[in-house]
Amino acid sequence: MIVVDNIVKSYRTGSGKNIVLDRISFRITKGEKIGILGRNGAGKSTLIRLLGGIERPDSGRIEQTMSVSWPLASTGGFQGSLTGMDNLRFICRVYGVSIKDKVPFVEEFSELGRYLNEPVKTYSSGMKGRLAFALSMAIEFDCYLIDEAMSAGDARFRDKCRYELLVKRNDRSIILVSHDPKQMRSFCDTFYVLLQGHLTRFDDAEAAYVFYQASLQN
Amino acid sequence: MKNIEPLRHSFAVQRRVVGSLLMREILTRYGRYNIGFLWLFAEPAMFTLIITLIWHYTRAGRISGIPITALAITGYSSLLLWRNIVNRGKHAVSSNNAVLYHRNIKILDVFLSRILLEIAGAVTSFFVLSILFIYIGWMNPPENMLKVISGLFLLAWFGASLSLIIGSLSERFEFVDRLWRPISYILFLFSGVAYIVEWLPLDSQKIILLLPMIHGLELLRDGYFGSCFTAHYDLFYISMCNLCLTLLGLLLVKVAGRRIEAE
Repeated sequence: MIVVDNIVKSYRTGSGKNIVLDRISFRITKGEKIGILGRNGAGKSTLIRLLGGIERPDSGRIEQTMSVSWPLASTGGFQGSLTGMDNLRFICRVYGVSIKDKVPFVEEFSELGRYLNEPVKTYSSGMKGRLAFALSMAIEFDCYLIDEAMSAGDARFRDKCRYELLVKRNDRSIILVSHDPKQMRSFCDTFYVLLQGHLTRFDDAEAAYVFYQASLQN
Repeated sequence: MKNIEPLRHSFAVQRRVVGSLLMREILTRYGRYNIGFLWLFAEPAMFTLIITLIWHYTRAGRISGIPITALAITGYSSLLLWRNIVNRGKHAVSSNNAVLYHRNIKILDVFLSRILLEIAGAVTSFFVLSILFIYIGWMNPPENMLKVISGLFLLAWFGASLSLIIGSLSERFEFVDRLWRPISYILFLFSGVAYIVEWLPLDSQKIILLLPMIHGLELLRDGYFGSCFTAHYDLFYISMCNLCLTLLGLLLVKVAGRRIEAE
């Protein structure tokens, strides 16, 4: 379970304080899959970073009794001069798992072929996305944080992602943030809309979508 | 014993993280082509080697009783030791933004991995060159190994603490980097690379001994050729300076950590 209790996050800007998240609370139980909709700049990525432990909230608490992944984003967060394989080795070392066991999976899933041993800076954005996804699936977590990922790949790749996440890891939790409701519907069972720093919960994708659309018109 | 378990776990995680960052740093910096990570000590070694050769051939062996090769090699190696550590601290965080995505990796780990790598390179090149020059008979083996090692330790500690300070400050204020360049050059001139404290007039000695790294260098030289001169150092003074700089550095790293935004 992750309990997010009344968190506030603001950033200092040239023209004063910008409150991105204003007293947000929600919880996610094991196996639950939640989607957070919000337009660009609504604070989705900030929320994901707080959940991933990269940043701390100004106030409020985030309690977690399950392991939470790093935020999986399609752009990756790779060092360009390292190869895909170097990045796999690095991740395995950091999380203390055997590299040897993970190589076949990453080779198969990322479909990078011999490019796995080439520097990441030579990859296309689709290739980076596949590598990023493969790496986060190589480490087992109770909850996966996904930030707009999977929008990079093609339909077949998205199917593979769905299989890895929803079928093979059916018992895990997912927190997916996106501005694309379609993708969210196929992954999640609880929906939130993040608007002006506040979070509104919907049990039904259609209701969330209508609310989100209305917010876009304003 | 119950209280020590989480601590031991944290320590294990930190060791793993710093180890992973070390491997990553070696690969990104030196690549895996040609001599690869051997550059780690080849780089400082080439610098010291060239300076030492120039000194050796222009100053005919000894100045006022001090063996010139030993003077050059201790001077330049110690300078490179602390200065390289500080220089690698700059941009340590911004060039490692991507790894901060992982919650176990803190910016202190990034600093630690760079500091350890730099110490390894500078110390290795120092010992390799020493062995080379001792072997060909340009200098004598160190008279007191314990003093040599303590000197290197204190200099590395000095560099490490300064690296935390300059590194985290330059991350926040761009001008720190610009200011550091002239300051490091001035420190280089005064840091005893080309002289020993004994040669200075008494008044200047007092001023120059305010610089902590002079104490480390004098200790190192005392260990190498202490019988040829009177070394001036105060272990308590340099240790206290290092301790204060370390505390300040850790504080700044903590403050910087709150402001860092991973890409």
